[in-house]
Amino acid sequence: MTPRTLFDKVWDAHAVLTRDDGQTLLAIDRHFVHEGSFHAFGMIDHAGRAVRRPDRTYGVADHYVPSHDRRRPIADPEVANMVEMLRANTARHGIRLFGLDDPRQGIVHVIGPEEGLTLPGLTIVCGDSHTSTHGAFGALGFGIGASEVSHVLATQTLWQRRPRTLRITVDGAPGPFVSGKDLILSIIAAIGAGGAVGHVIEYAGSAIRALSMEGRLTVCNMSIEAGARAGMVAPDDTTFAYLHGRPNAPTGAGWDRAVAAWRDLATDAGARFDREVRLDAADIAPTVTWGTSPETAVPVTARVPDPSAEPDGRRRAQIVEMLDYMGLAPGVPLAEVAVDRVFIGSCTNGRIEDLRAAAAVLKGRKAAVPGLVTPGSTPVKAQAEAEGLDRIFKAAGLGWGEAGCSMCVGMNGDLVAAGERCASTSNRNFPHRQGQGARTHLMSPAMVAAAAVTGRLTDVRRLMEGA
Amino acid sequence: MTPFVTLDAVAAPLPVANVDTDQIIPARFLRKPRSAGYRNFLFADVRKAGFVLDRPEWAGAGILVAGPNFGCGSSREAAVYALVDAGIRCVVAPSFGDIFAGNAGKNGLLTVTLPEATVGGLLDRLAAAPGARLAVDLPAQTVTEADGTVHAFGIDAFRKQGLIDGRDDVDVTLAHAATIAAWEATDRDARPWV
Repeated sequence: MTPRTLFDKVWDAHAVLTRDDGQTLLAIDRHFVHEGSFHAFGMIDHAGRAVRRPDRTYGVADHYVPSHDRRRPIADPEVANMVEMLRANTARHGIRLFGLDDPRQGIVHVIGPEEGLTLPGLTIVCGDSHTSTHGAFGALGFGIGASEVSHVLATQTLWQRRPRTLRITVDGAPGPFVSGKDLILSIIAAIGAGGAVGHVIEYAGSAIRALSMEGRLTVCNMSIEAGARAGMVAPDDTTFAYLHGRPNAPTGAGWDRAVAAWRDLATDAGARFDREVRLDAADIAPTVTWGTSPETAVPVTARVPDPSAEPDGRRRAQIVEMLDYMGLAPGVPLAEVAVDRVFIGSCTNGRIEDLRAAAAVLKGRKAAVPGLVTPGSTPVKAQAEAEGLDRIFKAAGLGWGEAGCSMCVGMNGDLVAAGERCASTSNRNFPHRQGQGARTHLMSPAMVAAAAVTGRLTDVRRLMEGA
Repeated sequence: MTPFVTLDAVAAPLPVANVDTDQIIPARFLRKPRSAGYRNFLFADVRKAGFVLDRPEWAGAGILVAGPNFGCGSSREAAVYALVDAGIRCVVAPSFGDIFAGNAGKNGLLTVTLPEATVGGLLDRLAAAPGARLAVDLPAQTVTEADGTVHAFGIDAFRKQGLIDGRDDVDVTLAHAATIAAWEATDRDARPWV
């Protein structure tokens, strides 16, 4: 038999039928909906269609939920309406909802794994581009738009053209304070924000294998920032140890049978990828972005680029535009750039390991600037509080909020003010993303914590020297 | 959805790479119903003085020509709604975010992928001749410039036919309901843990 990749195996197992024109009808195992899915519910209601598999559909309130004062009604009526429409739509169609007051509530890409709903070999979709996150378990997870959400609601399938495959191998040992976030930012810088368009990435190599599930989730989460359809990591003992005993994971003999099948998902020796990219983890330093695309990631020891060094006219103009938006002068060392605010959280870096990494830097220190820490889920919040991490954040002077998307996208009103510079663990530094005129620098939780302490972009390795 | 067959329209140049969907429609408008007028939200935060779509020369533009990786980022289909509701029925670029391109095809917005050098030339000529038109022929898979220069483009056959027919994919799929049910029955035995 022809050797197959992890992606090939998951794709082939879900191909209900393939047409002569190359389109495959792909069966969907898990479908997550959130507040923004109201357009899609409207479409199936308008057409008079039922939800085919409410038992495989899960509602999650995350994008619009408040970070504070959850016992009080949401003040903004439009925001309140978004949360209410999700409740009403899921109730009407018999869909399980992880709602505002649910103790399991959180960001969809955090609670899928936490609940054991995300399992190896599954196809998982959601009307959210960061659905690539779930690939950390060897699932095929990808984001879809509202029309496709309505299609999945009505049919539990999607028409897709088979994407190309790209293997990114990261070998070697990363240095101190180099996390999954630094790996993925460096990968995006290497291949570009559109570098993986039309591809599914498989992350391989010893540095990926050595990552915890949290680290792998961070890496797969930002696959979309390189343009990839999805990102995947082959399931292994780290994966199985994370999943064992999770609420929706199989149990007993069913668990053993599942694990045996999951072990067979790994890419066969000799399987062919359409493209291959290799990086050495030893070359990767704690990383920050300087511009308004995640591809502008550089080592924190670097300087702001000089557009006059760019020979291509359009690219030069774009660098000038980005520096103007970001309020940065060419040639300035990044580690001298003052920040106004910090944000720790999001589907990229809102898991317990992320909060521990930030707390380890902040412990016994004070933040020089204001900031907000929001856990990725209510269970993560409870775990963090049990470990005393919330007290470290509060003692440092940072806010401690409830679980949700919060300041990554600002839909719930957690916004960065115009002109303010924010060191953020989130995934997008697009212009106006965290608020109109907001300036975002992406980095790891430890790096954001270091920026909080000094009030400027900071090499966390230097801050922690001799500590 | 409104079918797309041919289009002859003013083409506006937007020589920017990685135009993300947050720029196309900022997050704060996503809580609005479509009836609120999504055309008013298009590029709301990046429409500085002299923005191409606000200049009289490009009034009524129906085509946007942009840099690579147009529509990257968030999966928000509202980005397509904002473009379509503002009268843009075709975007020409060297590459597109995959989710955006999929959303476009389901809403009567044609995404035309042409080589970067070709798009670069188009951007230069459109900027030099404000208000110039392009003629797009989807069945023939061509974009024709005012001087008669023809650029052929490739497109997925399923997406092409869906645009020409204004098709609802769900109807196509529901015709396969028995095949889907049979697949589900087999899969239940193969993967009982799902």
